[in-house]
Amino acid sequence: MNVMTNPVAFDVVRIREDFPILKQTIRGKPLVFLDSAASAQKPRIVIDAMVHAMETQYANIHRGLHWMSERTTEAYEATRDAAAALMNANDRSEIVFTGNSTGAINLLAHSYGRGVLKPGQAVVISGMEHHSNIVPWQMLRDAHGIELRIAPVTDAGELDMDAFEALLEDGKVGLVAITHMSNVLGTITPAERIVKIAHAHGAKVMFDGSQAIVHRKIDVQALGCDFYVWTGHKLYGPTGIGVLWGRKELLERMPPFMGGGDMISSVTYETSTWAAVPHKFEAGTPAILEGIGLKAAIDYVQTIGYDAMAAHEASLTEHALARLATVDGVRVLGQAQDRGGVISFTLDKAHSHDVATLLDRQGIAVRAGHHCAEPLMRRFDLDSTARASFGVYTTHDEIDALVDGIIRVREFFQ
Amino acid sequence: MSASDSFDDLRDLYQEVILDHGRKPRHGIRLDDFDTTAKGDNPMCGDRVQVWVKFADDSIGRVGFEARGCAISVASADLMAETVQGRSKTNTRALFAAFREMARTGICPVCDPSLAEPIERLAPLAGVHEYPSRVKCATLPWHALIAALDGAKEASSE
Repeated sequence: MNVMTNPVAFDVVRIREDFPILKQTIRGKPLVFLDSAASAQKPRIVIDAMVHAMETQYANIHRGLHWMSERTTEAYEATRDAAAALMNANDRSEIVFTGNSTGAINLLAHSYGRGVLKPGQAVVISGMEHHSNIVPWQMLRDAHGIELRIAPVTDAGELDMDAFEALLEDGKVGLVAITHMSNVLGTITPAERIVKIAHAHGAKVMFDGSQAIVHRKIDVQALGCDFYVWTGHKLYGPTGIGVLWGRKELLERMPPFMGGGDMISSVTYETSTWAAVPHKFEAGTPAILEGIGLKAAIDYVQTIGYDAMAAHEASLTEHALARLATVDGVRVLGQAQDRGGVISFTLDKAHSHDVATLLDRQGIAVRAGHHCAEPLMRRFDLDSTARASFGVYTTHDEIDALVDGIIRVREFFQ
Repeated sequence: MSASDSFDDLRDLYQEVILDHGRKPRHGIRLDDFDTTAKGDNPMCGDRVQVWVKFADDSIGRVGFEARGCAISVASADLMAETVQGRSKTNTRALFAAFREMARTGICPVCDPSLAEPIERLAPLAGVHEYPSRVKCATLPWHALIAALDGAKEASSE
C-alpha cells in the first residue's frame, strides 16, 4: 500500500478500524467514500458517546437540580471547553452553539448585521462562497440597507487580493465574511492577510471554517479574526451542532437572535433581560446529545493531531492531482497554491451527474452538482462538477480506485 | 482496468440506446417554425431544457429541444420527441402519466393499449427508478412539453 510512504507516521488502516461504516460493501464492492466534504463519517467513540449518554444520564440541561441533569449539563458544557481549546479561544464563553454553520452565519447576519452594522455600510464576501455565506447577507442587504460586495476569484481559483483590498478602500465595509477553505475548489484563503487588510480599513472579519477546520489547526487568536464559524458533522461529529466563535466584546454588543427559554436573565410581561454570552444566543433546548458527541469528535481529531491529518490529506491530494492529470479529458477546477483535500473536476465525455452515478455503480461515492455554490460555478462557466473529497480514513488505494473508475466512465462514453 | 472491460456493472441504467440518444440526439434542435414552447429547469442539479412544438392538425407534428444536462435528460428528451410525434395532446398527456409512473417504479404500468408500443420504446429509461434523485432527469423534458401544451412558459417543478 502506498500509505507506507506517507511522510508522517499515520496508520490509516488502524484509523479505518475506528469507523464502523467503512466495512460496508456497496453494490457488492468495498465502499470508497469520497464525499467527506459534504459530511464526514463518524468514529465509534462519537457513536458510543451519544449512546452512552442516552443509556445512562440523559436529561435536559441547565435547569434541572437532579443528578441526571447535572451530569448531562457537565458533559454538554465540557464540549464548550473542548471547542474553545480546539480553536484557541480566549474564553469558553466565546463559544456559541448553533445548529450548523448556516445557523451560525444567520445568527451573525441577524444580530451583528442588524444590531451593530448601520444602513449604508457594506459587507464583503468572496466569489467562492457556499450559498450559506451568500444568502444570509442578501437577506441583511434587503432588510437593513447594507451593501453587499463580492471579492472576485482568479482563474486559478484564488482570492484576488488586490481587488479585495480595493473593495475596502472607501471605508464603508463593516464586515468581511469569507470562506477559510472553498468547498468546491479546495482553496485555502490567506486568512492572516485578509484580517490584516480588513482591520486596516476598519472592518471586522468572519471566516466560514466549515471545511478548513477539518484540515487545518485553527487558532483564532493567531488568525486575529473576529468571528469564526464551523459545523460538527464535517469534523467527524454529529449533525445538528455548529459553533459560532466571536470575540467576547463583540458578542456582548450583539442583541439576541432568537428569544425563548435559556437565553434570558429574567422575564416579566413588560420586559425581559438577557442572559450573559454565550447563553444569550442559545434559546431553547439545544442539541444535547449532538453536543456530547461533538466533544468525542474533537477529542478524536486532537488525538490524531492536525499535523498528521494535514500531512496525510496533503499526500492524498498530491497523489490525486498527479493521477488525474494523466487522464485525458479531466479538467480539475482551480489550481490554488494552498489547498485542502477537496477536488472538483469535469470530464469531457460525460456530464458530472452521469460520472457520479457511474462511479456509484463501482462503489465510489462522490458528489456532483453545483455544491451550493452556483455563483462560483457561473464564474467558471459551468453548471456542475463532480467532487471528490478526502478525510482521515481515505487511502491512496481509494484515490487509485477513483481514477480507474473515471477512466472506465470515459471509455464507457467513448 | 482495460478497454476490454465488459462494463456490465454500468449498463443497467445506461443502456446503449440511452448512450446513443444522449450522445447524438436526433431532435436536439430549436424549431424556427413552432406553435408553442416552454422551458424546464431543475434547480437542484442545474439541468435545463427548452422544448418547441409544431402542431399538425390536432396532433403533435414535430418536437425539437435544446437541453443542457446529463445523458439521461438528453436521451429522455430525444426519445420523447421521437415518441410523441403524431400523437394527440390527450394521448401525449396519458403517455407522460404512464412514463412518469414507470420512471418512479421501474414497472410499465397497466395502461391503454394505444400506449403499449410507445411505453416500450421509452422502457430503457425505467432504470432511473433505482436512483430517486435521477428520476427528475428523465421527466424534466416531459414537464416542459406538457407546459408547452398547456400554454405555460415554464414547467412547474415536481
